[in-house]
Order: sequence, then structure tokens, then C-alpha cells
Amino acid sequence: MNPTSASVAVSALPGGAIPAQAARTGKVRIIDAVKYYGAAGTGVLAVDHCTFEVPAGEITVVVGPSGCGKTTLLNAIAGFHSLSSGSIYLDDEMLCGPGKLKAEPGPDRIVVFQNGALFPWKTNIENITFGPMMQGRLTRAEAYEKARDMMADAGLRGIENNYPGEISSGVRRRVEIVRALMNDPKILLLDEPYRALDSLTKSVMHEALLEIFYKNRVTIFFITHDLEEAIFLGHRVVIMTTRPCRPKKILDIDIPHPRDYSVLTTKRFREFMDETAAAVHEEATKAFAAGEKER
Amino acid sequence: MNAIKGFVLKTISFVTGEDFWRGIVAIIVFLLFWETGSRSQSWFGVAFPWVSQVPAPTAVLQEMYRLIQDPSFWHSAYLSTLRVTEGFLAAMVIGIPLGLAMAVSKTFYGISFPVFEVLRPIPPLAWVPAAIIFWPTQELSIAFVTFLGAFFTIVINVIGGAQAIDVRYFQAARSMGSSTWDIFRRIILPGTLPSIVVGATVGIGITWAVVVAAEMISGGGSAGSVGGAAGGGLGFFIWNSYVGGSYTQIVAGMISIGMAGYLSSAILRKIGEWMTPWLAEG
Repeated sequence: MNPTSASVAVSALPGGAIPAQAARTGKVRIIDAVKYYGAAGTGVLAVDHCTFEVPAGEITVVVGPSGCGKTTLLNAIAGFHSLSSGSIYLDDEMLCGPGKLKAEPGPDRIVVFQNGALFPWKTNIENITFGPMMQGRLTRAEAYEKARDMMADAGLRGIENNYPGEISSGVRRRVEIVRALMNDPKILLLDEPYRALDSLTKSVMHEALLEIFYKNRVTIFFITHDLEEAIFLGHRVVIMTTRPCRPKKILDIDIPHPRDYSVLTTKRFREFMDETAAAVHEEATKAFAAGEKER
Repeated sequence: MNAIKGFVLKTISFVTGEDFWRGIVAIIVFLLFWETGSRSQSWFGVAFPWVSQVPAPTAVLQEMYRLIQDPSFWHSAYLSTLRVTEGFLAAMVIGIPLGLAMAVSKTFYGISFPVFEVLRPIPPLAWVPAAIIFWPTQELSIAFVTFLGAFFTIVINVIGGAQAIDVRYFQAARSMGSSTWDIFRRIILPGTLPSIVVGATVGIGITWAVVVAAEMISGGGSAGSVGGAAGGGLGFFIWNSYVGGSYTQIVAGMISIGMAGYLSSAILRKIGEWMTPWLAEG
């Protein structure tokens, strides 16, 4: 709606250290995406002719009832599942589309999973250095140095040699985001990462995520069923219909960044909530009536 | 240094704890009952049912004291340990790769699992006669039967463990640029390790159960007998004590096997803990 207000807010950041090229990559375009599970005709339609855009260097939040097919979309971008038809572009490169319905997974698109997927048998720093060392981009020493810096930046000093099982779930989620960022991804794909957290931890995690975002300016594709979370975090909020999922409403949230929790009590925030709550509630009711289960 | 301190502190709090003393008292009461029961004929003139047939713990203790100075007893223990080790190691060396291959390859699983499932319910001891026919020496037959005891447990655990690895770990590793080999080495292997440890710990227990019975049935093997009767492993030692009517020796033999089984499980558990540090508590 108002892109200038966002960019003004960003350049007003102290230090203003925003990697210029990072802000311009990571645009994802989803064009007419369709996903059937099972045979066409008899199968279940999960994604129904979905078209929308994830702008580069911004946070796009997809909101929809549980089981609506939004994770299917994320899996298609990540390259874990194929589309039935349609195409997805990352910047100007086709990830999947006619002739190649399943994208290759790659370090330019890293997923942060719903319940976390840190390797329990690796220490936190081994988890964080996993990507660059697998890709052979950094030597062990370089990877460890970069990891220590990034962990310190994210307030994760002192847990380098702990195992993920030894730290709280909130801290685990932060470690996982740092692990994702170590790959210098063009886009981060977050699949309800804070779902299992209590609301206090959640609010801390939201601010921490924004802080990481302001530092790295990586494009974020964020899935949730929590409307408040969506409006608080997102530059753009895509409200999905219940299954089969299709954008019902796309909103550009013109509350300036950087944001903090005081935003929640502002008039503009309430207006967005009021404007969207009815739409979300309507879809949730439909999903409930259809007996959609958590997946 | 801290580890030692921690260990000492833990030991002290355990020894002074309620559970420890409750356990000690329970064992003492058990031994008292046993002693009284065994000696009931001479002490009260009435033989208690069942227990009066069993030699008293003090007599068994005396017998054990004699046995630990007897090289032929140690030779028996050595033979059984050797067979357990051989069978167990063979089961690990063959079972772990086999289980992993079955978990990783659908085709291989489809071919091998039905055969595996047909053979698995056959109790290892049912193999003894066949093993004696198949294998050139008695020694190999016994080792083979002990191998079977651990093998199926290990394979089942490895398959289960590898198949239970969360698919998100594979997806995350793939995204971060892992090759198929990386995924095998860095995801599947460590992800299966806890199950391998469980399989090994359970497996070695079964191995001890099997070796004793196999030794009894096959007559102690052909590995020569030092000092006559007690030459062919602990199973044969017990059987021989029974034939020779030395009941204290039977019980002493039983206890030594119990201790050997416990010890080997404890060692494996320690190795397992060392290999899977992420499972340690706090």
C-alpha cells in the first residue's frame, strides 16, 4: 500500500547497515499454482489456482485455517513437494513450472520448521555450521568464526557446545533461524515456527525475529494461523481461504518498521485486525464445518 | 575434574539416599529367607517346600570362593565369554549394515524383509541341531547360535530406528546442500545410533541366555577341557555340576552367568552413553 513509509523506516535504522543486494533478491512469484493430492478428479485439491507475490526484502505472512494447504505451498517453494500445475519463480529463475513440477531444494530457500528440525545429535554450533560446510563454501575454521559472530549477534553466546535438547524451545527456534541465515538464503520459509510456544515466549520471539530481519533484510515467507502475529510481523498479509487454499484477501500493512510490541495497541493495528478478523473467522468456520484436521 | 567431583557427589547422595538403603535391606531379607529355608531341615527339623532343596547362600558363597581360585572355572567363563563376544560382534557387523540397507532401500527391503520375517520367529535354540550339522566344529555351531540370538534383535532395532528418523531432518539437510552420502553419514547413522545401542544392549542379554543353553545341549563344545568336567563353558559347567550332583556349584554357576550378563550389558550401556552424548540428561 505504502512502500515508501517502509523504506523510510528502514533507512532510519541506527547504523543503517543493510546489505544492499540482499534487499533486492528473494522475490517469489507464485503463478496459478495448483496441487492435487491423489489422482486428479478423485483426489483432494489442496491448492486452488493460487497467484500472489512475495516482495523481495519484505516479510510476507500467509494466514489461513489449519490444514488449508498453506504448508503445501511452502513445500513447493522449498522443493520438498511438487505442484500439479502452475509455476513458482524465485527472482527471475523458475523454481518449478511446466516440465519441472518439483523444485530442487537448495540453500537459497531454507525452511524453519514447525516443531524445529535442529539435528539433536549435533551441538548448536555444529548445527549452525552444517550448511556452509556441506556446501563447501567455508572452511571449518571460517564457518565456526562466522557462526560464533552470528550467535553472539542473536544473543546466543554461551550455548555453542550445548545440544539442542539442552536448551529451551524458544532458544532452539532462534538457533534454527541462525542456522538458516548461515546459508545466506534469498528467502527464509517459516512454517508456523512459534506455534508450540507460550504467548510470552512468542512475543519475545517476534521481536527477536524482527531484529534479525532488520539486520539481514532477508525476504521472509511466514506461515501462521495467528492473525495478530501476521499483522504484527508482516509487510504483507495474505489471507487464505480454507481448503482448497486461494488468496482471499491481500493486505499491505502500512505500519512503519521497525516495529516493536507497542504497535499492538495502536489504532492502525486495531483497524487492520478489525478489517481482517471477519474474513479469517469466516474461513475458520468453514474449515471447522468441513472437519479439517491439524496436519 | 568436574566429572570426577560430580560422580563422587552423585555416589554419596545415592548411598545416603532412601532408595539405596531400602534396596540393601530388601536383599538382606531375601538372603535371610533363603538361608533359613535351605537350612530348615537341620534347624527346625521341618523341610520348607522348594527352598529346602536349594543350597544355602553361605554354602554358595563358600563354593564361589573356591571356584575363583580354580583355573578350570575361569576357563569355562573364558570360553562362554569368547562365544558371546564372537556371536555378538558378528551380529553387529552383519546386522547393522543389513538393517540400514533394509531401511534405506525400498527394493532391498521388499526382497529381504519377508525372508527375514520367516526366519525371525524361529527360536535360536531350535537352530542348535541344524547348526551342529552345518558347521564343521562345535565351536562354530555354538557361536552361530549365539549370533542368531543377537542378530534379529539388532536388525529389527536398526530398521525401526532408521525408519523413525523425522523426515524434516532429511529435508533440512537436503536444503542445506547435503549429498546422498552426507545424508547417510550425518543424518541416518547418528539418527539410528540410539536404536543400535538399545538393540546391542538387549541383544547381548539374549546372547548370554542362548550361549548357556547351546553349551548344555551340544555338550560343551570341542574346545578341550582343562581339568576335566568344567571345560566347556559356563552352561556346560552348570550341566556337569548337575550330573555330578554338586548343587552348590549349580547355583554358583548361575550367579556367575547372571553377573557376566549384567556386566556386559552395563559395559554396552556405558559405551552407548559415550557414543550418544546428546541423550544425556541435563
